[in-house]
Amino acid sequence: MTDSPHKNGTTRRGFLAGTAVAGAAAITGTVARADAPDPAITEVQPWARYLGEGVDARPYGTPSEHEAHVVRRNVEWLTADPISSVNFTPIHELDGIITPNGLCFERHHGGIAEIDPAQYRLMINGLVDRELIFTLEDIMRFPRENRAYFLECAANSGMEWRGAQLNGCQYTHGMIHNVMYTGVRLRTLLEEAGVQPEGEWLLAEGADASAMTRSIPMEKALDDCMVAFKMNGEALRPEQGYPVRLVVPGWEGNMWVKWLRRLEVGDQPWHHREETSKYTDLFADGRARRFTWEMDAKSIITSPSPQKPISHGPGPMVLTGLAWSGRGTIPRVDVTIDGGINWVEARMDGPSWDKSLHRFYYDFEWDGSPMILQSRAHDSTGYVQPTKDELREVRGENSIYHNNGIQTYAVAADGSVENVEIA
Amino acid sequence: ASAQTYGLGREALPEEVAAWDIDIRPDGLGLPVGSGSVLEGEEVFLQLCASCHGDFAEGAGRWPPLAGGQGSLASDDPLKTIGSYWPYLSTVWDYVHRAMPFGDAQSLSDDEVYAITAFLLYMNDIVLEDDFVLSNENFTDIEMPNADGFYMDDREESPLWGPREVCMTDCAESVEITMRANILDVTPDDAAAREARESGGE
Repeated sequence: MTDSPHKNGTTRRGFLAGTAVAGAAAITGTVARADAPDPAITEVQPWARYLGEGVDARPYGTPSEHEAHVVRRNVEWLTADPISSVNFTPIHELDGIITPNGLCFERHHGGIAEIDPAQYRLMINGLVDRELIFTLEDIMRFPRENRAYFLECAANSGMEWRGAQLNGCQYTHGMIHNVMYTGVRLRTLLEEAGVQPEGEWLLAEGADASAMTRSIPMEKALDDCMVAFKMNGEALRPEQGYPVRLVVPGWEGNMWVKWLRRLEVGDQPWHHREETSKYTDLFADGRARRFTWEMDAKSIITSPSPQKPISHGPGPMVLTGLAWSGRGTIPRVDVTIDGGINWVEARMDGPSWDKSLHRFYYDFEWDGSPMILQSRAHDSTGYVQPTKDELREVRGENSIYHNNGIQTYAVAADGSVENVEIA
Repeated sequence: ASAQTYGLGREALPEEVAAWDIDIRPDGLGLPVGSGSVLEGEEVFLQLCASCHGDFAEGAGRWPPLAGGQGSLASDDPLKTIGSYWPYLSTVWDYVHRAMPFGDAQSLSDDEVYAITAFLLYMNDIVLEDDFVLSNENFTDIEMPNADGFYMDDREESPLWGPREVCMTDCAESVEITMRANILDVTPDDAAAREARESGGE
């Protein structure tokens, strides 16, 4: 390759030399020398010699076999059976902010409903001018929009209220996914039916065997909720509500009713099982908060983490993680490597969308000594992610849901990482 | 209601709304005409429910207890049941009717749901006579023990709410690890995952 003028007038060779000097100055590293030639280079590898599969071999592609460990996992002891249960997104292996459809965590109450789209119906009834039935085809004729939002289970990190329990952010923070939804504004469908003035609440109901129901205030329904039929460009996965689910941006995942079959307008909330027995937050005094809808600002270091130890020894390294808030964007995440004695502002990278995951990085030189890692999110309202002790001070240890406390990891000199608590 | 409409969809027929609109509210809205007694409820419960929830609704194995726990909510180990925690009886009727028995939902008749609900009231000492009959007539007379146990989300009045100053340097003298997940050792074994990675990487 010949030198070509660069945008700023320097040559490519000059530009690269400059970068090398700057890099050396920043990290004072010396490049290692190999003892012997590397057979990965000196021997012709099979993929360089033999032909690979053709374009007709993989009509719907799957990840490399070397990524077979990047899968959803469940924790058997958490629930009585795997039908009304949960599994976890492998966030420790992912990067960026979009969750691949096949890795989005699942939470079902009656298993996965397998719905024939030709038999799919959505009903709007109650305090409306016209009670209506839509087919999937009808829904797809309304004007659409595309939005990326996180969906976090209200119980994400719920097993950690009493202390460090599960060893890995997949298990402690993996009841979350973030995909690009395509769908119709819920407002558009409600206007088609004509909400009557006394219609202040909406009941959303699923078509599965749990017939999931939640009460949603009309103000939220008319604000940013969506009736979605695509995720990351393709149809919803059956386990995510195929063919249609509700999207309730920033609010607890339970309200994002899957296999959405009915929307009823009423003048009062319904106080159904999932908003009385479940998804209410018990305090130490024996009373409970109800209707705790928003998911507050939260962050998690995804690497290094217990399932993603440091494998490369001292030197330059990348610390990375996710941050999100149900109340806006994440302009800032602070990171500490000494257990909170000193903090630095992490580098945010990628899109900063309302109520969507944000990616942060901290690029630094590890000296090989033990570290205590934490991250602390700030959201666009100014709210700062609290410590677990601060949360417990207010709420006790039995509220199950809405644990957005700061996570701590202890990194040992060998690079292994453990979920810990500190004082 | 003056917004643009597209003329999509069609009007729902009364039979269709009746088939799907099965929800019940605390004020009794939605309750069908019907009734069932504690003793009838016991019979249905033993036949259809007790294998998971126990003969006395106390729960079997890992399945949810539906009775007991009254007075436990402020303890270290709260037992949240219909009797100890649920604020409204309507929720019992609605949920049993829409989602139970687990694996055979929407198979119970209205009278069977009234009877099961009556039995659950009796097992929770909310009604004391075993000849009690619950019906759409007396349904809203029942008061649940923890009806006043809930309040609206008040996070915005919490000391953790709103912008806060954060410390960036020299925030503590020292820190100490007080708890380790490895000691509990309840995380699913990732050995299989590691093996998959290592064999795949070779």
